[in-house]
Amino acid sequence: MSAVKTYNSLSEVKSDLLNGTLTLPELVGHYLDRIAEERHLNAFLEVFGDEAEAQAKTVQEKIMHGKAGKLAGMVIGIKDIICYKDHRITVGSRILENYTSIYSSTVVERILAEDAIIIGRLNCDEFAMGGSNENSYYGHVKNYADNTKVPGGSSGGSAVAVQAGLCLASLGTDTGGSVRQPAAFCGVVGLKPTYGRVSRYGVVAYASSLDQVGPITRSVEDAALILEVIAGADEYDSTASSKPVPAYSRGLASGGKKKLAYLVEALSSGGIDPEVKTMTEQAIQQLKEEGHTVEPVSFPYLEYVVPTYYILTMAEASSNLARYDGVHYGYRSPNATDLESTYKKSRSEGFGNEVKRRIMLGTFILSAGYYDAYYAKAQKVRKLIRQKTEEILNTYDFILMPTTPTPAFGIGEKIDDPVTMYLADIFTVQASLAGIPAISVPAGNNSSGLPLGLQFMGRRFGEGELLAFSEHFLELTKQKVIHH
Amino acid sequence: MSTPDTPFEKYELVVGLEIHAQLSTNSKIFSSDSAAFGAGPNEHTSPVSLGLPGTLPRINRQVVASAVKMGLATNCRINLANRFDRKNYFYADLPKGYQVTQDALPVCQQGYVHLKLKGQAQRTVRINRIHMEEDAGKSMHDKDNRYSLIDLNRAGVPLVEIVSEPDIRSAEEAAAYLSEIRKIARYLGVCDGNMEEGSLRCDANISVRLRGAETYGNRCEVKNLNSIRNLQRAINYEFKRQVALLEKGETIGQNTLNFDAGTGETSVLRSKEMAYDYRYFPEPDLQPLELSQEWVEEIHHSLPELPEDRANRYTRQFSLSGYDASLLTAERAVADFFEELVKFTGNYKSAANWINGPIQSYLNENNLEIAELPLPANIFGDIIELVDSGKINHTAAVKQLFPAMLADPRKNIIELVAGLDLLIDTCTDDLDHYIATVLARYPDKVSEYHKGKKGVLGLFMGDVMRLSGGKIDPGKTNKLIIQKLEALK
Repeated sequence: MSAVKTYNSLSEVKSDLLNGTLTLPELVGHYLDRIAEERHLNAFLEVFGDEAEAQAKTVQEKIMHGKAGKLAGMVIGIKDIICYKDHRITVGSRILENYTSIYSSTVVERILAEDAIIIGRLNCDEFAMGGSNENSYYGHVKNYADNTKVPGGSSGGSAVAVQAGLCLASLGTDTGGSVRQPAAFCGVVGLKPTYGRVSRYGVVAYASSLDQVGPITRSVEDAALILEVIAGADEYDSTASSKPVPAYSRGLASGGKKKLAYLVEALSSGGIDPEVKTMTEQAIQQLKEEGHTVEPVSFPYLEYVVPTYYILTMAEASSNLARYDGVHYGYRSPNATDLESTYKKSRSEGFGNEVKRRIMLGTFILSAGYYDAYYAKAQKVRKLIRQKTEEILNTYDFILMPTTPTPAFGIGEKIDDPVTMYLADIFTVQASLAGIPAISVPAGNNSSGLPLGLQFMGRRFGEGELLAFSEHFLELTKQKVIHH
Repeated sequence: MSTPDTPFEKYELVVGLEIHAQLSTNSKIFSSDSAAFGAGPNEHTSPVSLGLPGTLPRINRQVVASAVKMGLATNCRINLANRFDRKNYFYADLPKGYQVTQDALPVCQQGYVHLKLKGQAQRTVRINRIHMEEDAGKSMHDKDNRYSLIDLNRAGVPLVEIVSEPDIRSAEEAAAYLSEIRKIARYLGVCDGNMEEGSLRCDANISVRLRGAETYGNRCEVKNLNSIRNLQRAINYEFKRQVALLEKGETIGQNTLNFDAGTGETSVLRSKEMAYDYRYFPEPDLQPLELSQEWVEEIHHSLPELPEDRANRYTRQFSLSGYDASLLTAERAVADFFEELVKFTGNYKSAANWINGPIQSYLNENNLEIAELPLPANIFGDIIELVDSGKINHTAAVKQLFPAMLADPRKNIIELVAGLDLLIDTCTDDLDHYIATVLARYPDKVSEYHKGKKGVLGLFMGDVMRLSGGKIDPGKTNKLIIQKLEALK
């Protein structure tokens, strides 16, 4: 192991850079060493070693001249679903195996403009479809806490890279929990912003009406800082909000006594692991002791959130993934002989099973004669879920829930049972359907040493309050990301 | 359409048109790529129009403004709240695997246009909807012997689709309706209306039913009719084909058809069973549009005087027939030329005849726009004056003077008239002589005239005209011939 210590926030890095005990090239060297040491985790699909080293020198210069951006010193990995000009992007799929993006996503442009160093592309479930990172064409990712367990998904590589200290932070994407769930399984911080808070331009679409980019970090502070940089209006994304972006990182100390709700149905649900339940009850107790109000509320739609989520996302995905047709770019089957067989063979050979399952179901859902029964109905239910969630948040500042019903499960344990796999999303998809921000913070380990995550959901565009409260909670519970 | 005792008379033709008009905006509907025609293959593309992973559309406001203009000009209701949907299908020149269009909530609905056909009462064709959408790219199957080639310059070029109700009852009406839509689009400057380059394309939904029937017959959709003539040919062909099938007791398959301009026949492209299921759903990458009433009002006030209004004004102000007025207003520049000309003459009918007749023929023959006519409007005022005052003969003016002027636009008109020897002889003796000669030539016809067959006058008139070399005043001559004939009685 290299001599550089494991940093938990950019402010720690900056302080050492300024007092001269650390240089940025040293830090990048350290992370490159760590990546090499932990190659078996399969978190990185590609490491931009030379580029990161060159960039480290440039940013070091800028720091010395006092001209560095907000993210100077931050070494960051990006989920391989986020376009970075002149870099390959596979989205975990064979269909884009040799595809290079000719443009950069807005989020990449924004972090680079603030002098972040992008160290590589991170493994993920194919097209962000999955909750275990077992659906990557490039192999599954291992949880650093226990190599026999999944890291969660779909941003599994992003979570493990931060958990194992292979980079300081990462960008993931969250459609139904793909940032929060792996963050919980890996004991790190994962934030899904309000839908529309962060531009989706250059982020390969899974389900457009829910996809959001979110940071995975070792501190709330870094999550706030990254959000502050990547959020905001974008002329290339008309679903991105033009609401001004507050300086989230400077508002973390704001406090006061809060009102929280927890969902009765969530804690009484049959599928919840006893230790997860205990963890949640302890958190509730601690918050109450601190003077916050925590009350049970009923959310009668909990059993509908997963089906609603899957109907809508599969429908959108079936359309979003139509462009991978073997004609314009990406994988083209060598066995194709004409247009029809180009489509059929390229897509059959290029997509994995889970992706094909969702495309087929989505196509069925949107078909004439079924649209009203599935898609239109799911839209109605989504509206009810959003209304009921907003109603709760009119009375309460936050909704508290475990991020996942269980800790990380075993690799291979659920992969042949998609329905069980889908049901594991039960606590994360509510915020996705409602379009509200939600964060997963570390909440200790279970008896086998597996991390557990607690989730807070806030009001639309209420990331400031949500982050400040998360910081407060971590202070209160003295929870820190496991040091390695 | 049919001769008596054919089965065709029993049937009524029912047609509705779907017209795609490419908008003349500078950039594409969802990106800033140029929307211009004619660049090298794939030069007008960007990540967005290539449909690359991660790209998103953003709406070009000019496109919405053009669609609203088209809607207002065709008396549509403007839906302030409208939205885009995805139409999903696979095709090689459709880079995203779906077309972004408007299905459930189009920008304009429930309009109409009036048609004026020669010698017929005004007809109304209702418009069901006008919606915005993106064009696809182009596949070329004949440029390479192994591969089809794809040019995505056109992918994302903005279109409005104007969908009529099935109110059209003949090929002529279909042609008039398509011309009217083209005329309006050109007046508004939203589309150049060029059917050859594909800026204006038309699909026709055609069915037949027994006259008096309440319900429509099974319809066939004929795709990609690229000229007004082909539209009429396809409709006439389909009418006969469908009637013949029904007469044989067969049913009409509800098919999508292709029209072969070479043979003039239609053939099946897709049967009903093969019809695509487009799986429309709301486009999640675009916010629903919320137009403000003020913005729509602003557009309304900025609209130019539209062809129908202008034509109506011409019938009132200049006492022209509806047909003449409609011809004059077909092109904005032609109508402007007319209004310039009537500053120099009070003979509006003659001004209209000059423009709709010899001037249009000259322009059509030479494939020119009126702006390219080498003669200014006031010259035609002079010609009309010369004819009206009996100094030159109208036919001579059209047949001889006009070509001479076109050949030498800068030459003085009086010199030209003199050079061509067109001035009418005022000498009545010569005229008397010509008339006497002609009447002596046709004693039979003279007696026919006396028996009441006034039609022979034209024959005498023609011969007198020839003898004089065209240099007579027709009005005066006509009177004189009648006088002489009466004297011979």
